Amino acid sequence: MASASFATLLAGAAQAATEHGAKKASFPPFDSSTFAGQLFWLAITFGVLYWLMSKIALPRVGAILEERADTISRDLDKASQMQAKAEETAQAYEKALAEARKNAQGIAQASRDAGAKASDARRHAVEAELSAKLGQAETTIAGTKAKAMKNVRGLGSEVAVAIVTKLTGQAPSATEASDAVDQVLARG
Amino acid sequence: MAAGGGIDPIHQFEIKPIVGLKPLGLDLSFTNASLLMVIIVAVISIIMIYGSSQRATVPGRLQSLAEMIYEFVASTVTGVMGKDGMRFFPLVFSLFMFVLTGNMLGMVPGSFTVTSHIVVTAAFAFLVIGTVLIYGIVKHGSHFFGLFVPSGVPGWLMPFMVLIEAVSFVSRPISLSLRLFGNMLAGHIALKVFGGFVVALLAGTSVFGYVIAPLPLLLAVALTALEFLVAFLQAYVFAILTCVYLNDALHPGH
Repeated sequence: MASASFATLLAGAAQAATEHGAKKASFPPFDSSTFAGQLFWLAITFGVLYWLMSKIALPRVGAILEERADTISRDLDKASQMQAKAEETAQAYEKALAEARKNAQGIAQASRDAGAKASDARRHAVEAELSAKLGQAETTIAGTKAKAMKNVRGLGSEVAVAIVTKLTGQAPSATEASDAVDQVLARG
Repeated sequence: MAAGGGIDPIHQFEIKPIVGLKPLGLDLSFTNASLLMVIIVAVISIIMIYGSSQRATVPGRLQSLAEMIYEFVASTVTGVMGKDGMRFFPLVFSLFMFVLTGNMLGMVPGSFTVTSHIVVTAAFAFLVIGTVLIYGIVKHGSHFFGLFVPSGVPGWLMPFMVLIEAVSFVSRPISLSLRLFGNMLAGHIALKVFGGFVVALLAGTSVFGYVIAPLPLLLAVALTALEFLVAFLQAYVFAILTCVYLNDALHPGH
């Protein structure tokens, strides 16, 4: 069955080929009567295509590609410049920061020193004042003591005169009494 | 049962006039082939000219496609011929795009394959070889013919070498045109034949025909994929060989 249908197919093809051959006399690609027309239209269309491509399309696409390459390299340049600038700025910032820190330290040290000096000075002043007051107080105490001692002596000699008078009935002279008191005081 | 154009694998290559035009006894009618040539130019122009009309730094889809094709062909040209090969860039680009678009549009069912006609591929091949000859002779003068004289060959062998080089040079346009023509013609015939088998088997009354009909259909599908590959590959091969031959005109001498 298969061979039968295949045979009919081949027969049909052969018949078509002979019919075709009878009608057209040749295989279309080798039919020279169409050559002139094909070449004519090929020359026109290919000429137009060549003109369109070489004058319009290719320069334009080439320009687009070149422009893009330029843009990309320019942008990259700009980006690297920007980066360099940013790095520079960062460095400057770091330097300024370090300087400021150093300055701050100096200022803090100076103010600390100044404060210490001021408080030292005030302490010295207060100490001096206090020692002056102490000295004064000591002097006052000494004076008062001397005065008191003198009073005690006077009182002592008067008491001694009174005692002696009471005991002996005879009043010693003031000089004797005072000498005797002095002797007693000197003994301690 | 096999009668009619449905199965005749040659029918698709027929040239049918659309507008008759016969000045001076020459048949210059606007045919289906001419229509396809015009469509080819239109398609390429839409991609390359309309696509690049925005001139966007960040391209859209069509502009990306245009740039991709441009860079693909440009890298091929500079890869084979070096930087100074860019003077032939418009020619190589136009050839590559015309052949590629012609091959691809030929894959549209019911359309016509411009590159399946030898007169078209031969015209391209002679355009290339003509450019090589004219540019080579104008640019390098007699030095261009050093192309046929390989260096480092003993004297007694020289006539043979020159003969071989000359034959190889002359056969270039023939191989260039036949390669493209043969690939496109054979591919389309094979597709049509396998498609025709499916129709013939289904048209038959036997049950067996229905059972094995899917086989040629599968083959036709696979062949279609292969044909798309061939359509691109042949355009690329044509462009590469064009570059190689033009390179001889630019830098003659081995």
